[in-house]
Amino acid sequence: MTATPEPYDTIECDVLVVGAGGAGMRAAIAASEAGCSVTVVSKSLLGKAHTVMAEGGIAAGIGNVDPEDSWEVHFADTMLGGQLLNNWRMVELYAHEVIDRVLELERWGGIFDRTADGLIMQRAFGAHSWKRLAHVGDRTGLELIRTCQDKMVHTDRVDVRMEYTLTALLKSGDRVCGAFGYNRNTGQFAAFKAGAVVLASGGWGRMYRYTSNSWECSGDGAAMAYQAGADLLDMEFVQFHPTGMIWPPGARGILVTEAVRGEGGLLFNAEGTRFMLDYDPVKKELSSRDVVARSIYKEVQAGRGTPHGGAYLDVRHLGADYVKRKLPSMYEQFHALASIDITQQPMEVGPTIHYTMGGVRVEPETAATTVPGLYAAGEVAGGLHGANRLGGNSLGDILVFGRRAGEAAAEFAKTSGTARVFDDAQIAAEQSDLLQPLGGDSNGAAPSENPYKLHEDLQLAMQDDAGIGRSEESLQRALAAILALRERSTHIRVSGGRALNPGWHTVRDVTNMLVLSEAIVRGAIERRESRGSQWRFDHLDQEVEFGKVNFVTRRGDDGMEVVSVPLTPLPDRLRPLLERSRFYDPAKLPKGYLTETAPVAGTTRKKK
Amino acid sequence: MAVLDQPASSVDAPAENALTASGLTGETLTLRVLKGVPGGEPAEVAYQVPVVTGMVILDAVHYVQHNLDTDLACRWNCKAAKCGSCSAEVNGHPVLLCKTRVDDLPPGPVTVHPLKSFPLIKDLVTDVSRNYEVNREIPPFTAAPDDGTPWRIPQEDIDRIYEFRKCIECFLCQDVCHIIRSHDLSERFYGPRFFVRVASLEMHPKDVLDRREQTREQGGLGYCNITKCCTEVCPEHIHITDNAIIPLKERVADVHWDPVRFVGRMLFGRKED
Ligand SMILES: Cc1cc2nc3c(=O)[nH]c(=O)nc-3n(C[C@H](O)[C@H](O)[C@H](O)COP(=O)(O)OP(=O)(O)OC[C@H]3O[C@@H](n4cnc5c(N)ncnc54)[C@H](O)[C@@H]3O)c2cc1C
Ligand code: SF4
Ligand code: SF4
Ligand code: FES
Repeated sequence: MTATPEPYDTIECDVLVVGAGGAGMRAAIAASEAGCSVTVVSKSLLGKAHTVMAEGGIAAGIGNVDPEDSWEVHFADTMLGGQLLNNWRMVELYAHEVIDRVLELERWGGIFDRTADGLIMQRAFGAHSWKRLAHVGDRTGLELIRTCQDKMVHTDRVDVRMEYTLTALLKSGDRVCGAFGYNRNTGQFAAFKAGAVVLASGGWGRMYRYTSNSWECSGDGAAMAYQAGADLLDMEFVQFHPTGMIWPPGARGILVTEAVRGEGGLLFNAEGTRFMLDYDPVKKELSSRDVVARSIYKEVQAGRGTPHGGAYLDVRHLGADYVKRKLPSMYEQFHALASIDITQQPMEVGPTIHYTMGGVRVEPETAATTVPGLYAAGEVAGGLHGANRLGGNSLGDILVFGRRAGEAAAEFAKTSGTARVFDDAQIAAEQSDLLQPLGGDSNGAAPSENPYKLHEDLQLAMQDDAGIGRSEESLQRALAAILALRERSTHIRVSGGRALNPGWHTVRDVTNMLVLSEAIVRGAIERRESRGSQWRFDHLDQEVEFGKVNFVTRRGDDGMEVVSVPLTPLPDRLRPLLERSRFYDPAKLPKGYLTETAPVAGTTRKKK
Repeated sequence: MAVLDQPASSVDAPAENALTASGLTGETLTLRVLKGVPGGEPAEVAYQVPVVTGMVILDAVHYVQHNLDTDLACRWNCKAAKCGSCSAEVNGHPVLLCKTRVDDLPPGPVTVHPLKSFPLIKDLVTDVSRNYEVNREIPPFTAAPDDGTPWRIPQEDIDRIYEFRKCIECFLCQDVCHIIRSHDLSERFYGPRFFVRVASLEMHPKDVLDRREQTREQGGLGYCNITKCCTEVCPEHIHITDNAIIPLKERVADVHWDPVRFVGRMLFGRKED
């Protein structure tokens, strides 16, 4: 390894935004409006980021359909859905501001379906008390991304670098001063010098076999933050969406939006029983995602699954016209991929990996991470959703905290000056690590490894042993598999050169996914309880002690460390708000700090 | 154009793996992919791919990448026909690879080539940056000054432009349009995707700008002779010619530039049709 790096392009800006999904574009607009020059980097073409796939809508307590709704009820639903592990201050800011962010999107030219009065239409979604999701058909993510894209490309001082991959954050002392990576099409290295960096790089569902996620979701941002010394939060919480396609095999995992149930779709088992009436008689099909996903899983385990191992989702009673108008892309998706007309036949569905609640630990107001100069917003950040995310809360999240991160990063870049001295040794080491898999013999005597095979093996290990249901035994198996794969990953070799070589690109994706898989599994081992998305067969109950802490994962001297940190309990001023949720039940409060402290005035609580 | 066999070093790759764990039909598909780089002589390479029930061409390309040729370049993102990344030409037809099922194609070898109208980057990947430049030229959505009240828009107005907003920017329509293929005009022609874009802005009930003159002058709307090739390939089934281009042509013929109307629209925040 030499200390002199090979030549690289240098791109300078005040604020570097990693990612061009909703969070990244909203951050870029905010930073530019604050007077900064901004460079936005994305692995894919503009407008293709994972956000584009979102279907159901944006949750906001506007109350256009149900006037009883408000930010307060939205706050309560989100906290209860997250089993009170959420950072309540983030939830408060979020529930407040998402209303303005939705209206702002409309002012930027985004369109929404309308009520009879011509206001923004809102639809029902799981575990939301009222009809709350602003939407346009079932293509809300496309609308959001196109609107932000158009706004951003017509904003001054924003430079977009499409099809670049960033692989490492660059530091000057303690502070982040840019990032390093390469142009995917040419393989040319590039260093981005910046006063501040916003990570908006999305989630990491692709380490699982059956996932609704796009290929980009390898968690690069979270892995880079971890390597740079940032804290990760509550990594064990990974959301299984209850309804993914399960047939044909190639389509397995593709999402069937919750809007299908929001619009009235019903779930049946193979015997024709509407089983959600048993699992959650109050919320039924619109229970929270963790509950519906587990219910389908249990039905299949009990031998009542459909031919391909799932449940039936039926919209036939809604009428063909209504289905085609409100769920057009679902109609098209089943028609094209499964040769099924959903207005005539039920859909077969089963759980699919969908969303990562855990992520980089941030300050609520500024989205600042624990490393100076580094900010994180959107799916890459943790804290807002607690142990389970409610549908529609992510599109809102990316707008609210994308904007906050952009503003705070701009402020940091302006006030802290530029610490833009690059450490040549760090760059040279990164280059040599990136180039290692290209050509040459594998490391030592072991046979060379194919990065795609490693990815497939990781997916199987995570799906089988760190999936919807987990136990100490399965998690230990997953951990051993990950560590073995990590060893194998040092022998990865790929053919071809640096210009647009997908095999080469996959190498770093896989090593990043290995880091985050390890974090998921280590967190899941420590959390010896079932809560939200974490379902432990060997610890079926919620435990009070785990309701009082978050788990923080960080890089220690001897590898990965998971420590528990006490979470700040909900302040007295916000506690009464919980009762505003239609699903508030004092007898069923999530166990934790609330079930241990003195009763809140005006509430009666039973301790279980 | 030479047809090469798949690289010898990889023919022993296992047919059974996680990708094909279930649903194998026992059939084999011959996939002929045009591989190449700018300046080189692109050549079809034939790969043998085990067929799985319901397989789409993108699945077959992934099989090749995972098992036979790890540096075969192909763009994709969602694999759910929602992002418009995986555009290519299958058996000569511009399609989304993730929406094209093997069992919908005639039996026999299947060819996969990159889009013809855009410069090649590598294998199936082309340089579509010109489209992003055109988009920047089109003045963005512009509303009358905000009076702070919530907007009331009838659903009918949304329905009218919703069709245009479904566009996933796959650029298949740009690929087939003969005006874009004829290189002397392509610089002076926005292309069907961007007429859809202009139509969505012009027909937005709250937009107050007038892009008609620009669409005629810089956008070359007049060059379009309504062949409807663009409409035929649109995976989102947008009626590009009937609902976007023809109404735009009518509006352009109507008024080229009328400052009085423009001021009226700024004041009243609504466009007359
Ligand atoms: C099918 C589907 C439907 C959904 N429906 C809904 C819904 O109805 N409502 C809702 O609220 N949520 C929904 N979600 C969730 C929501 O869409 C996502 O959580 C959200 O869009 C994430 O946005 P983001 O901006 O954080 O990241 P993303 O949109 O994932 O963007 C990440 C960006 O980072 C870039 N990037 C990543 N790594 C690197 C790197 N190393 N170098 C450079 N760039 C990089 C990528 O290229 C991309 O541009 C849905 C998700 C899916 C999959
Ligand atoms: S109808 Fe017009 S825009 Fe469409 S392909 Fe033909 S010439 Fe091109
Ligand atoms: S109009 Fe249709 S064909 Fe053209 S880019 Fe949009 S979706 Fe693709
Ligand atoms: S991969 Fe997104 S449209 Fe095909």
